[in-house]
Amino acid sequence: MRELTSLEQLEAEAIYIMREVAAECEKPVMLYSVGKDSSVMLHLAIKAFYPEKPPFPFLHIDTTWKFKEMIAFRDETAKKLGIEMLVYTNMEGVKQGINPFEHGSAYTDIMKTQALRQALDMYGFTAAFGGGRRDEEKSRAKERIFSFRNAQHAWDPKNQRPEMWKLYNTKINKGESIRVFPLSNWTEKDIWQYIRQENIDIVPLYYAKERPVVYRDGNIIMVDDERMKLNPNERVEMKKVRFRTLGCYPLTGGIESEADTLDAIIEETMQAITSERTSRVIDHEAAGSMERRKREGYF
Amino acid sequence: MKLREVWKDVKERDISSMRGLLKFITCGSVDDGKSTLIGHMLYDAKLIFADQERALELDSKIGSRDGKIDYSLLLDGLMAEREQGITIDVAYRYFTTEKRSFIVADTPGHEEYTRNMAVGASFADVAVILIDAAQGMLIQTRRHVRICSLMGIKHFIFAINKMDLVHYDKNIYDRISRDIKRFMGEFDVDSIRMIPVSATEGDNVTEHSFKMLWYQGETLLEYLENIELVNYSGQEEFLMAVQRVSRPNHNFRGFQGQINAGEVSVGDEIIVLPSGERAKVSGLYVTNQEMKTAQAGQPVTVQLDREIDISRGCVICKNTSVKAAGIFTAKLFWMDDEALIPGRNYWIKLGTKMLPASVMHIKYKIDVNNGEQIPAESIYKNELAVCDVILSEKCAVDVFDHNKELGSFIFINRISNTTSACGTVMHTLRRSDNLVWHETDITKKIRSEQKNQNTRTVWFTGLSGSGKSTLANELEKRLVAMGRHTMLLDGDNIRMGLNKNLGFTEADRVENIRRIAEVAKLMNDAGLIVLTAFISPYEKDRENAREIIGDDFYEVYVSTPIEECERRDVKGLYKKARKGEIPNFTGITSPYEIPRSPDLIINTKVMGLEDAVALLIEKLRQPSGSDGL
Repeated sequence: MRELTSLEQLEAEAIYIMREVAAECEKPVMLYSVGKDSSVMLHLAIKAFYPEKPPFPFLHIDTTWKFKEMIAFRDETAKKLGIEMLVYTNMEGVKQGINPFEHGSAYTDIMKTQALRQALDMYGFTAAFGGGRRDEEKSRAKERIFSFRNAQHAWDPKNQRPEMWKLYNTKINKGESIRVFPLSNWTEKDIWQYIRQENIDIVPLYYAKERPVVYRDGNIIMVDDERMKLNPNERVEMKKVRFRTLGCYPLTGGIESEADTLDAIIEETMQAITSERTSRVIDHEAAGSMERRKREGYF
Repeated sequence: MKLREVWKDVKERDISSMRGLLKFITCGSVDDGKSTLIGHMLYDAKLIFADQERALELDSKIGSRDGKIDYSLLLDGLMAEREQGITIDVAYRYFTTEKRSFIVADTPGHEEYTRNMAVGASFADVAVILIDAAQGMLIQTRRHVRICSLMGIKHFIFAINKMDLVHYDKNIYDRISRDIKRFMGEFDVDSIRMIPVSATEGDNVTEHSFKMLWYQGETLLEYLENIELVNYSGQEEFLMAVQRVSRPNHNFRGFQGQINAGEVSVGDEIIVLPSGERAKVSGLYVTNQEMKTAQAGQPVTVQLDREIDISRGCVICKNTSVKAAGIFTAKLFWMDDEALIPGRNYWIKLGTKMLPASVMHIKYKIDVNNGEQIPAESIYKNELAVCDVILSEKCAVDVFDHNKELGSFIFINRISNTTSACGTVMHTLRRSDNLVWHETDITKKIRSEQKNQNTRTVWFTGLSGSGKSTLANELEKRLVAMGRHTMLLDGDNIRMGLNKNLGFTEADRVENIRRIAEVAKLMNDAGLIVLTAFISPYEKDRENAREIIGDDFYEVYVSTPIEECERRDVKGLYKKARKGEIPNFTGITSPYEIPRSPDLIINTKVMGLEDAVALLIEKLRQPSGSDGL
């Protein structure tokens, strides 16, 4: 017998968690954000249940402002793997014309947080897998793998259920639900190494390419469609850029990069002088804002 | 070494040749400097990102004492923690050096959050215990060592911190080291190491200290990089708890789980616990790869050559001493605000099996400071105890020291669903050698706790037609709806059977009531709430019943006046009695002695059925608190 490598250990842990949820939770779902962590999580789900298909559907919250390439990738992936991909949009928000340019944090709340709550309530999901990692952010570093939400989908960080060994307590009271983070113990480096080891497909936006962008408030924003209104002093330039995290295009800052292969991305990531969430505009608010949003039901 | 160099180094070497993950925990009393130590380790090793570094320097200026960098701010991530300057919950941090990947669980020191500390300990292989050099070992330090040991940690590092504040004095270090050695004598551990450090100054954290040349050993980080964890699982033995049965189509049936111990190969003969059935491995997948052999830690899907009954919670094994057991002795760490009560039913999760279980008997509590055994009736939050646990059915159980996964469990409160306790199996018991069972005796209290109720005999007395049976019936329905366990005794089920040899003479009436009271008492002993509906006209008979039944006796006088009873005359008995067809009819030809001090009086002429039952429920709750029933 040999000692498992750290990637094997992390893989085994994630698979164990997924199988526990499939066996014990009444109605699970896996959130799929199209990003690299979601791609890894989906890949693990396929491996966990093989030769069976994952015994739960996947859910994408579409704000209608995602990169076009993300949507195309999502649909291709679902088709290729033959998995059930549910897509939910907060139509109320769309009707009200909520958009990331004018509505700022209200946009995130309405089109992401509320949309997610609505979708979970509508389908009656009792457990939802998310791709969150503890190395991403300080309040997440404190969150359990099985994280409980009350009927209002709020998190109570001061009173988390003890989580001992691999003995996950999946019992919930009426109205409560569970967020499950099988990648809790993965770091960004693990994610990239695993993508390389397993040849996992990721959205091309992670690779550097000439793309139409504008510089705005210190961020490089891609002009993905005509809804992007330019300020008088802005002009669209073609720049070789890539994205370290993916979300809604007007809120996702790219970086100038030459990294157009997986190895080059990994190399660049390891040199990163800024941790990954800096490039998500939304996370730039005051310290503690992430915890506050999660208490309100942000994933 | 800078991250980039680390990465290059790792890439050039074969990644798989690196040591596996090391999971460690830091603990110690409040203000011993745990968060600061880890923060400093990450900072020194350049293992934090630049923006975190900036945020840290910025935050420090606002929060810290005298403007120095406060490394603990790297870890205390919750708003409440920053506000209060304490650690509430476990924080996990990740870093990689050229030798190893690490996950560190930084745990709270406050006693109130001991259970969160236990969460971190259950996850770790190594414990780094911080001790303030000026204070030495504290109660909380001892508590933490005890919990680490309970959760299965076998490697202890004592970082004797704040050496800068005691002038790097070797004598102080030596004295504390001696205390530690003495204290650690009672634990079953694989390694103990003492390192003198200063978390704020960085001495012996990642770099050797020039202020303590008397210490020649490794720095904390060096030691963590090099520590060897012994692999306990024997090569011959194979164990796997089944997580789920996969049946995608008629041709495929696979059992999925993570191998707990040993190796398995296609062709091996296996045994299934608890059934003891045998089969051969006909197919094996490690994740989605078909393989000939698989080993401990790997997630697998096992196919067998014949159809045998296997479900989630079963254990597939070979060459093992593990057996199915229904009773075992275990160490328990209680985490719930609600105390442990023997006999009460909990869900237990053991391996992948979830089933009802209860604590039969608390052998003793363990004093966390000195390990002393203290007799106890119940166990409260943050207490450790040794108990006998009984399962509702047999399942595969191992001793924790032999196999962590099959020897550890949690208790789940069946009403609130919280995780009430965690525990580790010390040894299993066979029913035949289970003397404890006889010693303790299952008492009335245990039986009623199991049913989640307090026992009572509600004794309805009153004239024929006063409404006793109707009240008793309705009350029973309500109690059952509330999840209580009840029994109604009335003329129908007593007179027809047990008392069918009794007539209506005075002597027989006395005997009738005596037997009813004895039966009610037995049923109370069985943990039931008993309702009786008999005229029971004589005060001394009722007094006799009260004496037999004892404290559970609750007398309800149904005081409906005779005119009303006679008007109702449901069974036509009053009519017959008036005609002289029934001798000794209570209220007509025989007296009814009104109870002198009943617990409750209900007049069904003036009070409706629903109100009366509501009143009864309310009154019955009162004597024993909010949930007295």
